[in-house]
Amino acid sequence: MGKPTRVTNRVRALRFAAGEMTQANLADRVGVTRQTVIAIEQGRYSPSLEMAFQIARAFNVPLDDVFQYPEVK
Amino acid sequence: MPFEEKVTWVSLVVMGVVPVAYFVIMLGRLGDTSAADISYQWPLLIAIGASVVLTIVGSILAGIGTGISAELRGGSASDEFGKDERDVRISRHGDRIGFSVSSAGMVGVLALTMLEYEYFWIASALYLSFVVGTLVASMVKIASYHRGF
Repeated sequence: MGKPTRVTNRVRALRFAAGEMTQANLADRVGVTRQTVIAIEQGRYSPSLEMAFQIARAFNVPLDDVFQYPEVK
Repeated sequence: MPFEEKVTWVSLVVMGVVPVAYFVIMLGRLGDTSAADISYQWPLLIAIGASVVLTIVGSILAGIGTGISAELRGGSASDEFGKDERDVRISRHGDRIGFSVSSAGMVGVLALTMLEYEYFWIASALYLSFVVGTLVASMVKIASYHRGF
């Protein structure tokens, strides 16, 4: 079974860009468990729109700087 | 491993062991007793009660183990026990599929009732539908935690 979502993200890269923010730190800011942050980074969980906005806000970047969806050809 | 997943594992193990014991014992009695004469009521109630009690005890033990391991790692126990939208969505997803399986089993129970089978068979089929639905729900949840959702 491949990844269950076509949504990709740059959460890991953004964490490192934000002073090596830890997964636990991001989880605290967004109000989720660390396991959920890990699942998102590994592409095993596609968050709700609300959580996606919260993650983008934690990094102070627009939503599509964090999450991307491939163009349909 | 999230606490919710541990509780799901407890449910999976309990529902995989207790009903098997019940069916092995009860179907074994069919060798020398007809279905109409089998006294299944108390064993069934005991099996259901044992499942509930073992699930509660297993969940408490899983909680204690989670707290101790969080303490040993110097991490936050609240992070381990927290339940977020992913847990909720996975739980709903598993329960929905489990309910569909149980519902399909109910069609069989309905057929047994219409065909006027002995109460023993009807009760056993009802219990089996519930057990299989719960097992499927637990397996879907665990697969969702590991393979993605």
